[in-house]
Amino acid sequence: MRRVAVVGIGKTAFGAFPGRDLRSLAVEAGQKAMKDASLKPDQAEAFYLGNFAGPSFVGQNHLAPYVAAGLGISGVPATRFEAACASSGAAFFHAWSAVAAGIYEVVVVGGVEKMTSQPTPRVAEILAGAGDMSGEMRAGATFPALFAMIARRHMYQYGTTREQLAAVSVKNHANGAKNPLAHMRKVVTLEQVLAGKPVAEPLTVYDCSLVSDGAAAVVICAEERAAEFTAKPVMVLGISQTSDRVALDEKVDITTLEAVRTSAEKAYRMAGVSAADIQFAELHDCFTIAEILACEDLGFTPKGEGGPYVQSGATCLRGERPVNASGGLKAKGHPVGATGVGQICDVAMQIRGEAGELQVARNQIGLAQNLGGSGATSVVTILGAK
Amino acid sequence: MKNGTVYTETVVWSPPERYVNDAPYQIAIVDLGDKRVTGRVLGDRVAIGDAVEFVELRDEVPYFRRSAA
Repeated sequence: MRRVAVVGIGKTAFGAFPGRDLRSLAVEAGQKAMKDASLKPDQAEAFYLGNFAGPSFVGQNHLAPYVAAGLGISGVPATRFEAACASSGAAFFHAWSAVAAGIYEVVVVGGVEKMTSQPTPRVAEILAGAGDMSGEMRAGATFPALFAMIARRHMYQYGTTREQLAAVSVKNHANGAKNPLAHMRKVVTLEQVLAGKPVAEPLTVYDCSLVSDGAAAVVICAEERAAEFTAKPVMVLGISQTSDRVALDEKVDITTLEAVRTSAEKAYRMAGVSAADIQFAELHDCFTIAEILACEDLGFTPKGEGGPYVQSGATCLRGERPVNASGGLKAKGHPVGATGVGQICDVAMQIRGEAGELQVARNQIGLAQNLGGSGATSVVTILGAK
Repeated sequence: MKNGTVYTETVVWSPPERYVNDAPYQIAIVDLGDKRVTGRVLGDRVAIGDAVEFVELRDEVPYFRRSAA
């Protein structure tokens, strides 16, 4: 297996863009990544696209060749990957697999979602399709409800507090306010979060990520070709995708996301590092409780201590291990199919030293964690400067 | 369906399209001993650890309510 480098990154702004369609967003991100790598369309040997629910949100299927053609890439394999909110994490994992195995030298990976053209109850219904529609969702669960039930159980078993959940939101909004591409660029206070409109108790609107439009893309290649495209290659040091049961009521202990734990273990082993070596991370904070679980399941802090850990300030921009310097899904926005590749772009930008006001101090080794559903898919990627 | 205990619960305020007229409503994952199921809660709100009794199935969804002491 050979080493793989990220040699081009590109993102659209995340937000609500009534005048933009799905393809124009995906093409904008793809063109930025290809320009960043000085890649000509005929050099791309395959196109991978992560998208969760284009057919439901905008009525368009067969998305990968549709977007590839807009990028001038044609005649090569172009395939859409669906793994709920980990769709583009999964696309990235499979693109990496093919390059690492020697099947391709250079490929383009994108992720896109266009969500804001539907009313909120319809969005909740479409997103619910990532859960068990014959069980939990038929009973009236939504994704906020599933994570609310995880939060309740975590509070019951470990004494996690409402204020600790809120600390995640306050931190991520503080970072997002400085991110020019973020959906919501405003700071929020602890009091605002606690007094927020309830979505699924104990979660308020300030605990939930945003419904957004947006796209992200990267160009990856075999390490020996990297110098053709960039002076600042970012290496994939370790990566793993794992799976678990879809239904929350079939999991043994819902306070541990087992797929996150196992994908982290495998990615650490491949990279030859441990959790202690990870200097900063972009984590899948679809809900505030999810960032707390991720900090535990990635081994940043012991199980049950995620609440005090985030409350201590350790994960703030100037803390010992910044988490979601970008603002995370909470403030940056969560166009679900774009999120996984978007995180790879954010981590790569930090390693390249291009994060501006949001630059972390220690930037040599970073981690991206992308979650699908209530933990049925997990992709963990470790990126480094060398 | 058997009686059980509440493993976890939430009250849904922002419902999916098909349940817009039901909100707010409580759902719970109920531990039945040999397995867990997700159902709706009727009547008084319940909390983790509460004993609940099975009431009925509606459209294949189990409904529970707090057990009489």
